[in-house]
Amino acid sequence: MRRVKDKMIHGLFFLNGIFVVAILLGIFSLLVFTAFPAFKEINILDFLTGSIWNPDAYLEPSYGIVPMLVSTFMVTLGALVVAIPIGIGAAAYLSDVASPRVREVTKPIIEILAGIPSVVIGFLGIVLVGPFIAKVFGLSNGLNAINGSILLAVMALPTIISMSEDALTSVPSNYEQASLALGATKWQTVIKVKIPAALSGIIAACMLGMGRAVGETMTVLMATGCAPAMPKGFLDSVRTMTSTIAIELGEVAYNSTHYYALFAVGLVLFIITFIINMTSDIILHKYEKVHR
Amino acid sequence: MKRFLVLSIVVALLLCVSNVQAGDMLQIKGSDTLINLVQRLSEVYMQKNPGKYISVTGGGSGTGIAAIINGKCDIANASRLMKPKEVEQASKGGVNVKRVVVAMDGLSVITNANNPVNLTVDQIGKIYRSEVSDWSEVGGKGGKITLYGRQSNSGTFVFFRDAILKGEYAGTMRRMNGNAQIVEAVKQDKTGIGYVGVGYVKKAKGLNIVKVAAREGAPYSSPLNSEDVKSGTYPIARPLNQYVNGTPMGAVADFIAFELSDEGQKIVEEEGFFLLPQEYVDFNKKSVGL
Repeated sequence: MRRVKDKMIHGLFFLNGIFVVAILLGIFSLLVFTAFPAFKEINILDFLTGSIWNPDAYLEPSYGIVPMLVSTFMVTLGALVVAIPIGIGAAAYLSDVASPRVREVTKPIIEILAGIPSVVIGFLGIVLVGPFIAKVFGLSNGLNAINGSILLAVMALPTIISMSEDALTSVPSNYEQASLALGATKWQTVIKVKIPAALSGIIAACMLGMGRAVGETMTVLMATGCAPAMPKGFLDSVRTMTSTIAIELGEVAYNSTHYYALFAVGLVLFIITFIINMTSDIILHKYEKVHR
Repeated sequence: MKRFLVLSIVVALLLCVSNVQAGDMLQIKGSDTLINLVQRLSEVYMQKNPGKYISVTGGGSGTGIAAIINGKCDIANASRLMKPKEVEQASKGGVNVKRVVVAMDGLSVITNANNPVNLTVDQIGKIYRSEVSDWSEVGGKGGKITLYGRQSNSGTFVFFRDAILKGEYAGTMRRMNGNAQIVEAVKQDKTGIGYVGVGYVKKAKGLNIVKVAAREGAPYSSPLNSEDVKSGTYPIARPLNQYVNGTPMGAVADFIAFELSDEGQKIVEEEGFFLLPQEYVDFNKKSVGL
C-alpha cells in the first residue's frame, strides 16, 4: 500500500514537471509558427535592420524593429545601472551589517516590493517620477527612457537584493573568519572577500533582475511615452518591444501581416529573455559547484 | 456523501443564477471617447428600468469593433467608421453590422494654459507631421513642440490622421494610453500639444483649448461652442457611432431608442458632446429604424 502511494506521488510530481516543460514547448512552437508567416511578406533583413515601425500607416506600412530593440536595451541597461549598486549594497547590508532583528523585518518588506502591481508603479512614473525628471533635466516632460529605467530598477530590486543576500549568506563562514583573523576590517572583508566569493550568485541575481526588466510591459507602456521614433538618448521617449506588442495586439486584424509581425517581435523577445535566463542559470550552477 | 450532494446542488444553483444574469446583461464595448457618455446613459437607463443590466467597457474603437466581429458584444462603440475589410470580415462570420450615430464630437486640440495659440487645420497637420517643430513658427511663444497623441488602437488616432494630417504621424509623437493621460500630460508640459474628445476638457483647468480655423482667413472657432460644431464651422467634428448586429431588437433596440430620445440626447449634451444634426437623425431612421 505504501509503495503504491509512493509511486503515485512520484508519478504525480513527474507529470507536473513534464507539464511545465510541455507548456514551454507549446508556447515556443506557437510563437515560431505564428511568427513565421510574417516573413512571406516582410523581408527578414528589413525586419531586423529597419528603423521604422509603422504597421498601420497612412500610406505604406513598414516593419523595422531596431528602434524597439534599442529602446528595450536602453531601459534595461538604465535599470541595471540604477539597480545593481543599490541592490548589492542593500544585500551586503542585510547579510553583514544589519542586526538579525533588522534583517527579519527588512527582508520581507523588500520582498513585498515585488508584489506591487506594475500598473501602480507605472502610475507613479506618470505623476511622480516624470515631473521630477522634467524638473531636474529642464525638460518639458518626463516621459522618457530614464523614467522607465528608474521604475524598472525599482521592480528589479527585490529579485537582486533577495538573491544576492542569499549568495552572500551562503559564503562559508571560514572565509570571513580567515579574513578577519588576518587583520582585515569588516568593510574590507565584505568588499574584498565575501562579494568576490559570492560573485557568481550575485551576477545570476542581476541577470534575473535583468530578465524581469526586459519583459516588463505595463510600467514602460505608461511611463516612457511610447514614441516609435528611434531614440537619440536617455532623455528621449522610447517604445519597447513589450509595449509595442501590448498596444497593437489588442486590435490587430487576425492573420494579417501585422498580426504575424507582432508574434515575430514576441519571438525575438522570447529568445532574448531565454538567453538571459539560461546564462544566469549556468552561472548559478557554476557557483553551486564551487562551494560544494 | 450527503454533504457532497448538498454542496453540488448549491454550486449548480449558483451557476444557474450567474448564467441568467449573464444572459440578460447587455455588453457594450469599445471607444474610450464614448465610454463616459455611454456609461452615464446606461446608468440612467438602468435606474429607469430595474432588472436590466448593461456592462460598458472601453479599450478603444478597434477593440470594440473586433468584439462585434467576433460576436463578443452586443453594441460596439466606435469613434471611427468600420473599414470595408472589417465589415466584410464580420459578414463572413455571420454578423451583419448596422451603424447608429449617437452623438457628435468636436475633437479638441489642446495646449498648455501658458501657450494660448489659435491654429488652422493646415498648421495642426504640419505640427503633427513634424514639418513644424517650434511654437514660434505658428504664432506661439517659442519652444520645441512636444507631440501627444493616442495609440494606434484608438479611433481618434485614425480619425485625426485621416482627416487632419492626411499623412503619417511624426515618429516622435508620444503615444498615450487614453484621453485622460493626454490631458494630464499637456497640463504639465508647457510646450505640449494634444488632441482629445471635447468631453474630457470641458471642465479641465490649466489647458488652452485651441480655436481652429478650417483654412487661412476663415474664422477661428472653439469646440466648446455647440452651434459651431453642429453647423460644421468648427472643422474637427465627427459622428460617434455604435455598431450592432442586424436590425436591433429587444433589449438592444430599447437601449438605443433611449439614447436617441430627448432624454438621452440631453445627457449627451451634459457630457460635453453635441446633439445630432438632422442628417444623422435621418441616417439612423434609415439604418436601424430608430
